[in-house]
Amino acid sequence: MPVSLFPATRSVRTSLRMLGPDGQPLARKYYAEKTGKDLDADEVVRGYEVTKDKFVIVTDEELERLAPEKTRDIDLKQFVPAESIPPIYFERGYFLTPAAGSQKAYKLLAETMDKSGLAGIATFVMRGKEYLVAIFSDKGILRAETMRFADELRSASDVGLPKKTAPSKATVNKFEKLIANKSKKQFSPTKVADKQAESLLKLVKKKQANRANVVKVEEEAATEGKVVDLVQILKKSLSGKK
Amino acid sequence: MAARAIWKGNLKLGTTRVPVKLYSAVEDRTVRFHVLDDRAKKRVKQHMIDPDSGDEVSTEEIQKGYEIEPGKYVILTAEDLEKLEPPPSRDIEIVEFVPQAKISQQWYERPYYAGPDGDTKEYFALVEALQNKESEGIAHWVMRNKYYAGALRAVDDYLFLFTLRDANEVILADDLTKPSGAAPTQKELAMAKQLVEILQGEFEPKEYKDEYRERVMEFIEKKAKGRAPKLRAVKAKPKTAALDSVLAKSIESLRKKEKRAA
Repeated sequence: MPVSLFPATRSVRTSLRMLGPDGQPLARKYYAEKTGKDLDADEVVRGYEVTKDKFVIVTDEELERLAPEKTRDIDLKQFVPAESIPPIYFERGYFLTPAAGSQKAYKLLAETMDKSGLAGIATFVMRGKEYLVAIFSDKGILRAETMRFADELRSASDVGLPKKTAPSKATVNKFEKLIANKSKKQFSPTKVADKQAESLLKLVKKKQANRANVVKVEEEAATEGKVVDLVQILKKSLSGKK
Repeated sequence: MAARAIWKGNLKLGTTRVPVKLYSAVEDRTVRFHVLDDRAKKRVKQHMIDPDSGDEVSTEEIQKGYEIEPGKYVILTAEDLEKLEPPPSRDIEIVEFVPQAKISQQWYERPYYAGPDGDTKEYFALVEALQNKESEGIAHWVMRNKYYAGALRAVDDYLFLFTLRDANEVILADDLTKPSGAAPTQKELAMAKQLVEILQGEFEPKEYKDEYRERVMEFIEKKAKGRAPKLRAVKAKPKTAALDSVLAKSIESLRKKEKRAA
């Protein structure tokens, strides 16, 4: 069943750019400490520090050869109850859309997972790296969440947390009441809006009115600001239209 | 060795405060490389340059700008940026609770243990209350001059504080439309259900390993000893149909196993 993969998150551009005294965008550059000479991409190598200041050089070619076999398969290993995967595993989401001719199989899988409350555990290779993913049916649309591997997560004893002591019933009751008082039926995304980004944008808007605060650089030097509407692309892909 | 706390704060529920220490729940195991000067095999430094002239621009001369349209920036001064910083606070304010599993997986970003700081009685009472109510708290806090929104959840016997993605960042299935085409028939659904059930089990995360990372580390260790193994060139596997063929294959092998066992 051929599918396409699209990020389920979009980068929100609230990051600031470093500019020179005349407002020109700057570039980051490597240089040799001893000579002060700037280094181009072909003058630097990648080294793994085995002991202090002792490096093993690893080339691009070596990494490429160590990379998992190039395959487009999403290798489904298992189905598990969707809610049994603790959120500590989740890293990033991707929507899967059916390729032409596979809508039927796609819908069948999505509906089967929906009805049974199951998620698929799979592995797949993306950009030279192997990923472990959980695939969910999200309102009839398949969504893959990349997951951390178990050895990337610390246990409570790794962290050194104290053993659980039995709490008093009265204190538990007190908290249960507090929880009940503030309970909502649904999660509302507005509760997690980034207030800091919002105030940054507000300030930008205010300052923009004064031309003294705005710098313009030659188009040539400008960064390519191609804005893609991911939602539109996803909608198109889900509808099967090219 | 016990981990070091990255931050100390108070979970604030109404007027009750439960002191906690935050620890990263993630152990970074990415193979990290340094960029080296090829000639001297020494670590390199970085600086900012003007790409046109190639001249270095010193830290004092650097300005920060927000791009409003390609090539057009609004300059934000250090004073502006300072004003944008939220007022410091040690409170992790729990603004509301929602039933567990109401927050879709795609919101979760980074997990932290919120371990008890001092008194454990209130702490473990809160753990138990969250478990009994099957609830998750929505939290707001300020850590190192940055504002965070997150989720407070009890997992096993401890509290976890997750940072959640910004609402503008997440694309929800609600905003999309289901793929077009005919709905599967009852017969098809019954068959698919059977197939899925064969592959059904418990989530066993320890069964999966990052084999690429392990291969890279093994290679580095050998190379460090001066015995770099020869690596074969990669051959691209022919394109194959994904999900369904794999599913069919897995089922086939499971059936064979079952037959042998019988």
